[in-house]
Amino acid sequence: MTTIMPVSWNEKTKPHLFCPGCGHAIILKQLGFAVDEMGIPRDTTFGIDIGCSLLAWNFFNIDTIQTHHGRTVPVMAGYKMVKPKRVALAYMGEGGAYAIGLQSLLHAAFRNNPITVVVVNNENYAMTGGQMSPSTLPGTITATTPHGKTSGFGPGMKGPELVRGVADKTAFITRASVSNPMGIKMALKRAIENQIKNNSFSFVEILSICPTNWKTNAEASFDKLKELESYYAIGEVK
Amino acid sequence: MATKQLFITGNEAAVLGALEAGAKVMFGYPITPATEILQGWIAKTEKDDKLQYLQTEDEIAAGFGVIGAVLGGVKAFTASAGPGHILLQDPVSMAENARIPFVGIMMQRGGPSTGTVNFSQQEVNLAAFGGNGDGLRVVYSASSVAEMYEHVIKAFSTAWKYRLPTFVLGDGYLGKMKATVTLRAPLQSVAATPLLQEKGKATYIRNCYSSEEALGEVLAKNISDWNEARGKIAESESLHASGAKNVIIAHGLVASAVKEALPELRSKSISIGLFRPITLNPLDKKGLVRATESAKKIFIFESALNQFARIIRYELPPKDIEIVEIPKPAEGFTPEEIIKHVEGVL
Repeated sequence: MTTIMPVSWNEKTKPHLFCPGCGHAIILKQLGFAVDEMGIPRDTTFGIDIGCSLLAWNFFNIDTIQTHHGRTVPVMAGYKMVKPKRVALAYMGEGGAYAIGLQSLLHAAFRNNPITVVVVNNENYAMTGGQMSPSTLPGTITATTPHGKTSGFGPGMKGPELVRGVADKTAFITRASVSNPMGIKMALKRAIENQIKNNSFSFVEILSICPTNWKTNAEASFDKLKELESYYAIGEVK
Repeated sequence: MATKQLFITGNEAAVLGALEAGAKVMFGYPITPATEILQGWIAKTEKDDKLQYLQTEDEIAAGFGVIGAVLGGVKAFTASAGPGHILLQDPVSMAENARIPFVGIMMQRGGPSTGTVNFSQQEVNLAAFGGNGDGLRVVYSASSVAEMYEHVIKAFSTAWKYRLPTFVLGDGYLGKMKATVTLRAPLQSVAATPLLQEKGKATYIRNCYSSEEALGEVLAKNISDWNEARGKIAESESLHASGAKNVIIAHGLVASAVKEALPELRSKSISIGLFRPITLNPLDKKGLVRATESAKKIFIFESALNQFARIIRYELPPKDIEIVEIPKPAEGFTPEEIIKHVEGVL
């Protein structure tokens, strides 16, 4: 049965606190549906991070732990070690995943810790006001690249491809986009299944929109998302 | 009370203490002089499949791994030193605010940055007041191999009973020195209990707040709990301090050296005793007041630049007592030196 809101959502905390048009809301809705459809809300523990993802601290009727700087990965890895039957989700932005917490992300993938990491990539540090992140595309003007991101800061970092390089062959690694909500749900379900069935690491990067910091209306937000999609290929990274 | 006599190092004693306390998992990163705790724990996991370990990519991950396992309702710990202890302040700050029973065993190294890999008492500030919080964490200071065992057991109980991050400090040599010890397990350790509901109503653990008032409420509750618990947690030892005109205050291995120096000083008809805080945070204020009731002079010996002395001075009631601080950062004291210092002043 299709519902308007996922059953696993905590309706007392809706409407949510994300900015109007924020991609997080689309992604968290699909995550809710994925968890509902898999029948695992009671078996899941949700780890979130600092930055915009922290606004989801009471988003679901699911035990939730909020930490910072990508440390949600080692927290969920430690949790999963002692609770192997629980589904461990680590949800964060690309700043936590690819900059300050990259070391932990790579090593969790390298060790094949059986957790599912979800990275929302909106190519900027949104909570702090739109600074450059590792995945900001070259030439993009941000609060810390007033003349556009130059080659001195590297190209846009491809997280899933980077993780693939160190991950076990049983790890499921993919990229989705908020332009295709159903695709997000399918990716999340496959990733969670990989954790449950193969006791293996899984990683979903979701390209997202940030109208507030991008200073874009709905149409321009999705135009920019298309640009991201042309640089960051959607689909499983094998 | 179970007793057992063994010839072991302080690091080995720490491992045995964690086992006795019911710890199930250790997260760690190799660092001198605490490495043998990780190795020793791994050796134990070989013999018991209920025990686990993870050698992490760094101490930040080790600390957050501990938090994850603790959130799973299991006693978990880490061990580190110096620069690793600095990185651990990140997870411990979260544990302090979110009331997570984190346990860390820190074998202090000398000097800032990497310094020496040997002895110091320079991680007192870090253990007691490090991080972006107010120092609501318990710090035990072990002064012998046997105490390392006992304090580690106690640390788990304190952490889980009061939901406070708890450190056991050893000074570098203590991890490496070997002694014949009779291990005495304190009273039955406090059991681990779930922090997340998992099946019932969702539990939300966060360390982000959208207003000063919302955080203020949490901090006020944490501070109130701390103030209520501190008298129950604080521990100290007094030796000949009652009625003494001179009291030496020291902790850890420095206090052990003082214990060796005392008989000679007292044999020279010097009225002198020792006050040794077992918990550096919270400090046993009542014990300190009692031990210094008749004192005219207090000597504070420590292998750091006044880190311990600041804690003592803060808790000491205003009184006409001369305080002589003898700091020797990152270097140890022999009993002979202590005697010389005291005689030089008196």
